[in-house]
Amino acid sequence: MPQRQLTGSRIRERRMIAGLRQADLARTVGISASYLNLIEHNRRRIGGKLLLSIARALKVEPSTLTEGAEAALIATLREARAADPSAGAEPDALEDFAGRFPGWAHLLERRHRRVLELERTVETLSDRLTHDPHLAAALHEMISTITAIRSTAGILAETRELEPEWRDRFHRNINEDSGRLARSATALVSYLDSAEDNEDAENGSPQEELDTFLGDHGYHMAVLETQDSVDLDGLIQDQPVLQSAAARAMARAYLRRYAKDARRMPLGQTVDALAQHGLNLSALAAHFGTDLATVMRRLSELPESVTGRPVGLVICDASGTMTFRKALDGFTLPRFGAACPLWPLFRALSRPMIPVTQVVQQAGRGGGVFRTFSVAQPMRAVRFDEPPLFEAYMLFLPLETGEKPATPVDEVGVSCRICPRDACPGRREPSILTDGF
Amino acid sequence: MGKHVLVIEDEPNIIEAISFILSRDGWDVDTHSNGHDAVQVVQAKSPDLVILDVMLPGKSGYDILTELRGDAGTRDLPVLMLTARGQSKDRELAEKIGASRFMTKPFSNAEVLEVVRQLVP
Repeated sequence: MPQRQLTGSRIRERRMIAGLRQADLARTVGISASYLNLIEHNRRRIGGKLLLSIARALKVEPSTLTEGAEAALIATLREARAADPSAGAEPDALEDFAGRFPGWAHLLERRHRRVLELERTVETLSDRLTHDPHLAAALHEMISTITAIRSTAGILAETRELEPEWRDRFHRNINEDSGRLARSATALVSYLDSAEDNEDAENGSPQEELDTFLGDHGYHMAVLETQDSVDLDGLIQDQPVLQSAAARAMARAYLRRYAKDARRMPLGQTVDALAQHGLNLSALAAHFGTDLATVMRRLSELPESVTGRPVGLVICDASGTMTFRKALDGFTLPRFGAACPLWPLFRALSRPMIPVTQVVQQAGRGGGVFRTFSVAQPMRAVRFDEPPLFEAYMLFLPLETGEKPATPVDEVGVSCRICPRDACPGRREPSILTDGF
Repeated sequence: MGKHVLVIEDEPNIIEAISFILSRDGWDVDTHSNGHDAVQVVQAKSPDLVILDVMLPGKSGYDILTELRGDAGTRDLPVLMLTARGQSKDRELAEKIGASRFMTKPFSNAEVLEVVRQLVP
């Protein structure tokens, strides 16, 4: 249905801006003042020749009268109706309502937008256990301790004849576990209190929007693999998760670099090169005449069906701030805050241009064993008139089944707060896991 | 000699409690606390039943179970999975990759005994 009623409101507004009386405009376009009154109050349909005549009389483009901010208003109201069809809002009366009661319509529109915002916040908070490794690790720790206490208490209460040495041992275990539980609970409360300060900055931050966008696509953008020229702005515009301008700018930069990588290492040729060299990063770099960082990025952009194994990647700038995160099961990357300083990534950052390969295992439950490849290199061509700015890359691959690491396995963490290593030279702050105290 | 169970769990006091109640129930109990070489340990010890925690250092219980189910020698081995997360998607994943049973922490000793007796009558 055309937005005829709203057109009436715009005609009325424009007429008043032009300083014309209703009767004057009606006479000019050859209709009665009462009919124009009905049009202006959105009670009569208008279009065609009459609309063109009125636009000419008001010295405006016809589209000025038929399009406007109200289109967005109507769309939002329609969305609100669809979100709660049981309320029985009459679809045919929507435009009439918006035209006759614009104030109320705008109020309803704003309330609907607010509901959407709040729903998104609730969704983010509900999903926190999945995406906040600190919280997940702390709660897992508490549940494990509770399990030990419950099982041990059960033995003490239910075993009729328990030898004194076993009884003493289980008493001691319960005492230890209850102490751990108390410390875990206190640490968790403290973490949640301090985390509140971070929430605003981190929930729905541009980096998080970008991470969600990339995660939704499996870090692989098929359209950039097959087409030489892609409208990146159009591609970004269609992504509802990229809500902020900052996230869209970051996505644009990422996609631009992705397209460049795909030109340097086209998909078909990369598949052939992988068949020839496997995941030998140096050989792939030599094959394509490119640098290690490009190879690492390119491998992170390809699906597992191409690489043969899951590929994780983390990139940081010279300050150590992570600018790209592609995690894998068993190698958790902190959602916010600083990472573990023992990561080979940071060793590479301190020795630019010297590749580092190392097998690591993330400390604690769920931590897998990974082969890592790291290098720091200038972000752009080096010049005489400015100091080089480095960024570091660390690509990580899970060890294959039965694969024995040829080098010693270094134990690393995620970040200090959830790291159980108690004697770590790199520790910045106490762990919220009691194992770390 | 009783039936043989291997408990793969990294929390020492849980290991001790489970070992105690199963030993009292007549089981021959072995324990292991690292995920990385857990598959090799299962293959070497050939237990009648494995109690397997999901969150382990080195490798997750899901990955271990997947490897066990991919090996002809352990394809039908009864495996009771323990996890601190009882969400339906965790249960579904455990069932999909072949867990015989799935138990959410914290559990009672009676529940553990009942399930292991069902799995290895």
